[in-house]
Amino acid sequence: MSTETATSIDIDRSVGDFAYPESHTFDAGMGLSRDTVNYISDVKNDPDWVREFRLKALDVFEKKAMPTGWATKDLEAIQFDKIRYYLSNGQKPTRSWDDVPDDVKKTFERLGIPEQERKFLAGVEAQFDSEAVYSNIKKAVGDQGVIFVGSTEGLKEYPEIFKKWFGKVIPTGDNKFSALNSAVFSGGSFIYVPPGVKVKHPLQAYFRINAENFGQFERTLIIADEGSEVMYMEGCTAPKFETATLHSAVVELVAMKGAKIQYVTVQNWSSNVFNLVTKRGLAHEEAEIKWIDCNIGSRLTMKYPGVVMKGRKARGEVISIALAGDGQHQDTGAKMIHAADETTSNIVSKSISLGKGRSTYRGLVHIPKHLKNCKNNTECDALLINSNSRTDTYPAISVRGTGNACQHEASVSQVSEEQIFYMMQRGLTEAQAMSLSVNGFVNDLVRQFPMEYSVELKRLIDLEMEGSVG
Amino acid sequence: MKSLIIKDLHVSIGSKEIVRGLSLEIEKGKVHAIMGPNGSGKSTLSKAIGGHPDYTITSGEVLMDGVNILEMEPDARARAGLFLAFQYPMEIPGVSIANFLRAAVQARLGEGEELEATEYYARLYKKMDALEMNRAFTSRSVNEGFSGGEKKRCEILQMAMLEPSYAILDETDSGLDIDALKIVSNGVNALRGPEVGILLITHYQRLLDYIVPDYVHVMVEGRIVHSGGKELALELEERGYDWIKEGVNEMATA
Repeated sequence: MSTETATSIDIDRSVGDFAYPESHTFDAGMGLSRDTVNYISDVKNDPDWVREFRLKALDVFEKKAMPTGWATKDLEAIQFDKIRYYLSNGQKPTRSWDDVPDDVKKTFERLGIPEQERKFLAGVEAQFDSEAVYSNIKKAVGDQGVIFVGSTEGLKEYPEIFKKWFGKVIPTGDNKFSALNSAVFSGGSFIYVPPGVKVKHPLQAYFRINAENFGQFERTLIIADEGSEVMYMEGCTAPKFETATLHSAVVELVAMKGAKIQYVTVQNWSSNVFNLVTKRGLAHEEAEIKWIDCNIGSRLTMKYPGVVMKGRKARGEVISIALAGDGQHQDTGAKMIHAADETTSNIVSKSISLGKGRSTYRGLVHIPKHLKNCKNNTECDALLINSNSRTDTYPAISVRGTGNACQHEASVSQVSEEQIFYMMQRGLTEAQAMSLSVNGFVNDLVRQFPMEYSVELKRLIDLEMEGSVG
Repeated sequence: MKSLIIKDLHVSIGSKEIVRGLSLEIEKGKVHAIMGPNGSGKSTLSKAIGGHPDYTITSGEVLMDGVNILEMEPDARARAGLFLAFQYPMEIPGVSIANFLRAAVQARLGEGEELEATEYYARLYKKMDALEMNRAFTSRSVNEGFSGGEKKRCEILQMAMLEPSYAILDETDSGLDIDALKIVSNGVNALRGPEVGILLITHYQRLLDYIVPDYVHVMVEGRIVHSGGKELALELEERGYDWIKEGVNEMATA
């Protein structure tokens, strides 16, 4: 028995490791150029403004340097000319469960979506490769006037709402990868919730990468109009590949006055995926935006969900869990930009590092001098499973002015040999003991996840721990 | 007769030998107490039998109902029926007592067998009622922020639920005030019976006022140097350990 055996992890990916034969009608080929972007625009039959938007973004992407000045050099391993930027099997979004292809249904089964949930899939949009193959809005949601479609359909069918906010929360030039996404995006969701509508059921999207060497660049835009409420959930599992895969999404949220948006993510990438995601929300007066984010797996994840609190009394929250297995790097955190009086933000981040896994927390809290009565609370806790693992915290906090308050707490703890012995003496195997301590460590956060996700999360942690010992 | 037999056990931590040839037989249904001065190796004995990786068994055997458990991992020893009540129970933040015990009980079931939640809770509450414990207790995280008394009560509850064949209680009285000592002792007495053999390790005689042992052994410098009935505890209380230590020294020099 030892807590230092986690140096080589053979993760059992029986949950996520599966793939079906690929059949792609459209393929932009490998590499990125103006031709690639034009090909994507042609295939998707983009309006002119979108084509221009893409081409401009490509210029920005090419001009921007890799952020290796502050981020890991591992980013240099991404070979942009070896990636396929667009694939589609040409399937149109389907409307009824019967129309959904069998292999898609099988995937849902393997993901462990409960039977009831599957029946409830009328409210689910699932993305396979870059196009939504299943997209059917639950009738009740549609009756409330809620728009829930793929981003491609959104920009064509609802340009007056789409155009107003698209690229406004996260400008193309925000960072190199938001520029890349802006050039080649496909898939993702567009949601609009009309004023006062409270969407009872969470809207869900399950998606996964299904083609080797294929980067997935989904683009999601959610607008909650005045006084409305919506919860969106996304979960990803990816099959194991030999070569690196790039996933680079952009998610923009807009909460109008008094609106509430919760965005829940549970990601379980295989250990060759670069997961470089930009997520930000804009909260108007008295609005609330909450990111609940769980990152498991991947070679490198860089993700710092943010909230810009633009209106008085707006509220932002980020709850995040990161698990860095052997050879993995979770570089995650949060950004809270206070831009109005009486705004409050809360960040709770927990990371677990296993083997040589590495977790990094980067937090930005900005409260400028002219604001009054703003508050931020930040807690970040790291759990190390053995002495080889590494954890770093880089908080950047700038709080000025009078009557603004900021609180920052950080802790690092270790699963001790004595703790494992104690649990093993009660009959638990070493893996079960580790799993239980890790689940205990994240328990208070997991409770904030929707039920089915907390169950799935527990199972994912169990799988990781099984792989990490003996 | 079924028993836990310790045969000429030698235990080292690093290069230092702590237990130096200890032999003892704990029969099912009996309560043995080991007393001894600080540093005599009492706690080392319990951790070594439990299989703690820091303790090296250099020679000897430990047979549980005839099976040598020294070949087994700590968790296998536990599932085979060995229970250690710890002197310093560990905290497991975020894991409730109910969930921890549920995992421990589940671990004792065969492959494919699933613990029935309602039956489990019914049994848990029955045990808690018998030990006069508040039901809210099991929703707290294991040992986190517990008082000394609460930690020991938590150990007793675990023992009650896991129903071991042999239990080693290491300094169960340490850190307890007299009220807590009475409560914990009542718990142990309630679990006493023909199905379990108990080894009580204690520094003070006062625990033995509440849990009356069948046999008392005195451990000095890694060995049992004197054994007797329950009256031996009283004699030790009165005369201290020095007269026995002198006897040992005489033996050593003879």
